[in-house]
Amino acid sequence: MSAPTTVLFDVPGPRARARNTAAGVVTLAVVVALVGVLVWRLAATGQLDARMWEWILYERIQLDVLDGLVMTLQAFASAAVLAVVFGAVLALGRVSDHPWLRRTSSGVLEAFRAIPVVVLMFLLYYGMPSVGVTVSTYVAIVLALTVYNGAVLGEIFRAGILAVPRGQSEAAYALGLRKSGVMRFVLLPQAVRSMLPSIVSQLVVLLKDSALGFLITYPELLFQAQRLGSNAELGYPLIPVAIVVAVVYITLCLLLSALATWLERRSRRNPAVRTVAPRPEDGE
Amino acid sequence: MSVLLDNLDDFLSRFGVTLGLFVLSGVASMILGTLLAAMRVSPVPAMRTVGTGYVTLLRNTPLTLVLFFFALGFTKLFFYLPFFLLAVVGLSLYTAAFVCETVRGGISTVPAGQSEAARALGLGFTQTLSLIVLPQAIRSVVPPLTSVQIALLKNTTVAAGFSVVEAGGFYRVVNEQGGSTLVALLWVALGFVILVVPLTAVQRRLEKRWSVAR
Repeated sequence: MSAPTTVLFDVPGPRARARNTAAGVVTLAVVVALVGVLVWRLAATGQLDARMWEWILYERIQLDVLDGLVMTLQAFASAAVLAVVFGAVLALGRVSDHPWLRRTSSGVLEAFRAIPVVVLMFLLYYGMPSVGVTVSTYVAIVLALTVYNGAVLGEIFRAGILAVPRGQSEAAYALGLRKSGVMRFVLLPQAVRSMLPSIVSQLVVLLKDSALGFLITYPELLFQAQRLGSNAELGYPLIPVAIVVAVVYITLCLLLSALATWLERRSRRNPAVRTVAPRPEDGE
Repeated sequence: MSVLLDNLDDFLSRFGVTLGLFVLSGVASMILGTLLAAMRVSPVPAMRTVGTGYVTLLRNTPLTLVLFFFALGFTKLFFYLPFFLLAVVGLSLYTAAFVCETVRGGISTVPAGQSEAARALGLGFTQTLSLIVLPQAIRSVVPPLTSVQIALLKNTTVAAGFSVVEAGGFYRVVNEQGGSTLVALLWVALGFVILVVPLTAVQRRLEKRWSVAR
């Protein structure tokens, strides 16, 4: 998307250059001021004192935080696998030849996409016990993430299958393949390749949403942060712990996003793969 | 049914708060997001870097973390603000990153000839962007922007986890009265379906009608 940036303005002359430099300096000054205020407040409220960061030295606490990380990754991994499977099932239903199957799947898909993940999670964790089914936090978070992201992935898969040129399936039918064969050997391999970047982008959303487990006290990273932060012996180091946890979360997400970008670039280079424009990200 | 009818006032006022959060953060995120998009296509390298950095950072931060900071950290560091306002700030900052990407995508759909013609007429960057490019970009931006805002509407429930009196927390009231939390939450889920499905339908229609134009 470098085209609009070069076409929107002329090559700057001497006056425009001076103006741009001035604007750049002002921008940097504003950013430095904002960061400065933040650091000043951190220092003024004693968040940067050595005592507040002492917790990082204790082995047990390090293990606790590591535990939180493992819990986060566990929820993410199980939900990711299940969501891909659920999404595939929904997508197959939506491109089915049977109208009733098509209608049911799109109904399910619409409903699950409309219900917020938090409400789904609360439904499973706080709601189910009132009909006598106790659900662990882990199951609640994995199921909620699966159902929601599965619905979104279902849309992505469907778009991918529909984007494969008609000639491909026609040729496969002409060769005598059955419906399942056309889907398995011809349509799906091409669809998955072209949709891979979008799928990974959706997995970033899933990873971010796994932090919602905090709200139902699933012992993931953020939960550990709050637990440590309310520890009086350590001097309530909520903000220092939160900073560390934030760095961990953001690094994980950045790595996954980088994978998505890399996949997209690779498939764009490969002429055999028609990249379907990735779904506009909508900030789930 | 009685779970809903007994608490109808509370249910409705909570959805009112949800809508309040949604409208305030929606407007704020659109303004901030458009400004960020303008920064990202501007001729000033520092502005482009700051815009890109902001978007990359916020898009890769869980919303829960953003609200965690505003709910638990902000008052410790700065001064007291009611959490409703803090939630609006957090949701706006988070959503602005996605609005920015959508608007920037829309800018790139406007044919290059349009801005070339604007420049030939002697318009500067600000004029080209605000008078020529953005008004034309609206067509392709509105449908995806609607889905960004739908996501925001659903994201407001995260604030319920941090004690905003919002639809997501309706089950607690019912629970205190000994009612069925499951039924309460099902009503909340239904409420969201009722709010979101028409918005999705509008978005689909706009997409179909407006995508033909170019």
